[in-house]
Amino acid sequence: MAAQIAEQTKVEPKVADDAAIVFEDVVKDFPGAARPAVNHVSLSVKRGHLVILLGPSGCGKTTLMKMVNRLHEMTSGYIYIEGTPIYALKLEALRRQIGYVIQDVGLFPHMRVEKNIAVVPNLLGWDKPRIDARIDELLKLVGLPPEEYRRRYPRQLSGGQQQRVGIARAMAADPATLLMDEPFAAIDSITRTRLQDELLRIQHTVRKTILFVTHDVEEALRLADEIVIMQNGEVVQYDTPLNILTRPANQFVSQLVGAEDVLRRLSLLAVKDLLEPLTSQAAANHALSIGIGDNLRHALGLIMSSGSDALRVVDEAGNPRGQMTLTALRQLTSDHPNTLLPPDGATT
Amino acid sequence: MIELLSKAYDYIQHNQSRFWEAVGTHLRISLTALALAIIICLPLGIWISRHPQAARYIINLVGVARVIPSIAILFLLVPTLGFGEPTALVALVVLAGPPILINTDAGMRGLNPAVREAGRGMGMSPTQLLTRVELPLALPVIIAGIRTAAVEVIASATIAYLIGIGGLGYFIFAGLPLSRYDLLLVGAIPVAILAFTAELLLSAVQRSFRYQ
Ligand SMILES: Nc1ncnc2c1ncn2[C@@H]1O[C@H](COP(=O)(O)OP(=O)(O)OP(=O)(O)O)[C@@H](O)[C@H]1O
Ligand SMILES: [Mg+2]
Repeated sequence: MAAQIAEQTKVEPKVADDAAIVFEDVVKDFPGAARPAVNHVSLSVKRGHLVILLGPSGCGKTTLMKMVNRLHEMTSGYIYIEGTPIYALKLEALRRQIGYVIQDVGLFPHMRVEKNIAVVPNLLGWDKPRIDARIDELLKLVGLPPEEYRRRYPRQLSGGQQQRVGIARAMAADPATLLMDEPFAAIDSITRTRLQDELLRIQHTVRKTILFVTHDVEEALRLADEIVIMQNGEVVQYDTPLNILTRPANQFVSQLVGAEDVLRRLSLLAVKDLLEPLTSQAAANHALSIGIGDNLRHALGLIMSSGSDALRVVDEAGNPRGQMTLTALRQLTSDHPNTLLPPDGATT
Repeated sequence: MIELLSKAYDYIQHNQSRFWEAVGTHLRISLTALALAIIICLPLGIWISRHPQAARYIINLVGVARVIPSIAILFLLVPTLGFGEPTALVALVVLAGPPILINTDAGMRGLNPAVREAGRGMGMSPTQLLTRVELPLALPVIIAGIRTAAVEVIASATIAYLIGIGGLGYFIFAGLPLSRYDLLLVGAIPVAILAFTAELLLSAVQRSFRYQ
């Protein structure tokens, strides 16, 4: 393994231009474990995408993620970040260019919020005015007014606020890549939903490459550009939320995400998944419109009550973005035709 | 009692230079022993906190060393180190070391693992992690150990007199055989005041480092 890793420092970048993180045949064996925690995983994460690692407890999500910033050393394989093999970089340099957010937040309790955020910029030797400006900018980005929160200690924040600071801290030196390990798992569900929305909003403005671990299916479907489904250290499906729900690779995936239940599927998918250009006269003229972030179950309800075949889709600001049709909804649900059959006895 | 106190006070008035010299020696010996104990036991404590196997043996060993009376150590050392300051210092360091060692170990092991992982994940080197995160967070517990050590050392430094070094022990050991209780107080009261002051000072320091 030492030889292989030494050799990796010489490997030329050989990955696709738009790939930000690439795993090639990555294996992780923990000493004494019966089977590898991560077993020959190859996948490529596109730059600016939010990719979710989803799977049951113990399937290797955290292990896979921690090999990127070398909190775990892989047993064999290659990982490239922005085209560079991770072993070509000095350990600390690698970690300083990757933002890292963990479930337990891990804010330093003896440092004020501002100092917590300044940790990586300080390690990188930024000057004080630059760090100061950056702290304010980040606190605003995560929705904590700097004048109120800069000087607080972590213990003076709620759990949700602490994780906001955790996210600000991870983004302090403007890393292109963020690793997030169940960042919202310990937070109550209402706050969690708010934080998910905030993350999407932030991601919309900053476009980081984010690798995000969760075992919460709804969270995965809400946030992901793509989802990696893992089982026993292997990747069983790597696809968009829409495809995961409508074309699960196997029974395991189908059960994990609850794909059998049509209404559940619709409630987990967003209008944006079925967005198409405005062509329908009905949608153009019709008074009924739906938000691009609303779920498809809501859309179905609107279509049913409106009597029209299409809805006008608008964004948060109310600007028209396109349309969504009943035909598309039908297609989506008919990918699982059997689930549309009425229950036994209902037809007679 | 009042009478004894006033006699003790008179004694100090008439032997000012001898008294202050004894206080000075006492403080110097105590602080030197405490400093040595910190220099040895703080790094050792950090090390054993990371090596739980070794920690068990070392802590047991230290537990044994701790129950040997300082006077016994003193006289055990005289044949090799002779009568002099090194002997007294070794005896006092053996006394001051264990609480510092044990508290450093406990303080370091008591850290929230998430905080360590965050520091490492953000790209702190092991030294940066130690000086910027681990030590500051373990400090309240470490200082509590230093506090215990300081009080014990100040009280026990009286025995330094037995091997001819002086300090406040002089008055106590001179007073005892003569049943001169006023002399005993001339030694004992300043020792108590010094120990109490150390306790107060270090408690204040300890409180100023409490974050959670
Ligand atoms: N440091 C370690 N030493 C030995 N085995 C480990 C270690 N860390 C993880 N494992 C094992 O590797 C496997 C994958 O663990 P991992 O933490 O990656 O799972 P996970 O998918 O993140 O699970 P969870 O959702 O519970 O966090 C598990 O079987 C676990 O027991
Ligand atoms: Mg995990």
